[in-house]
Amino acid sequence: MKLHYDTSSQELLVRLDGELDHHRSAMLRTEIDAALYAHMPRILVLDFQAVTFMDSSGIGLIMGRYKILQPMGGEIRIQNASAYISRVLKLAGMERLAQICEGVNA
Amino acid sequence: MNTLNEFRCLFPAVSANEALARAALSAFLIPADPTAQELADLRTVISEAVTNAIVHGYRNCSGDVAVCLRMLPERVLYIRVSDKGCGIPDIEQAMTPLYTSAPEEDRAGLGFAIMQEFTDSLHVRSSPGNGTVLTMRRKLGRIHAEDD
Repeated sequence: MKLHYDTSSQELLVRLDGELDHHRSAMLRTEIDAALYAHMPRILVLDFQAVTFMDSSGIGLIMGRYKILQPMGGEIRIQNASAYISRVLKLAGMERLAQICEGVNA
Repeated sequence: MNTLNEFRCLFPAVSANEALARAALSAFLIPADPTAQELADLRTVISEAVTNAIVHGYRNCSGDVAVCLRMLPERVLYIRVSDKGCGIPDIEQAMTPLYTSAPEEDRAGLGFAIMQEFTDSLHVRSSPGNGTVLTMRRKLGRIHAEDD
């Protein structure tokens, strides 16, 4: 996973990778939360391009970050999710919590 | 029940073994040649079931998770995931989307909803103190033609 904070846009970009299961999500959230509290970003961008697997633990990871960001007035953007990841996101109703961008690739 | 093939394994309820369960399922399904979507769905299903056993079944104790995979006639995959953990006091409540008994761990409460969506049938047998047994079935589509 790689994190990058852009000061001008106040966006925290998190490039997730590999398998987002319960085991991995537990480790990632500590790292993401440290960056969230350090920068208080306006937008948290979660990039799924390199994610090969996700179950409801990945959904829990998104929901947990939403709960942190919402009181700060922040938003979540999800980008580059594969068809399979998009299916899980849709099943979980994630479009209600986050902006889901298709075909970004940047 | 005429079982065409079967695989059983038992592993300690530690989160690193969630990936092991997915890998075992993928390997078991190789001869059945599932579609990419079937494989993705079923890997998600077993991951949810094993994670539930680890996070909820053994939340206050340690123990083993048992997985049994069977290929039944007409390309029906049978999955059984069982634990000897604390059991589920109220199965209906546990299966309600967004309900979780572990919100502090960022659990989404969607494990059962995903398992139900990605399988044809799901049965839960559980009672407090007696562990939990999940059994699921999913019929795979027709095998791909090898000559196209």
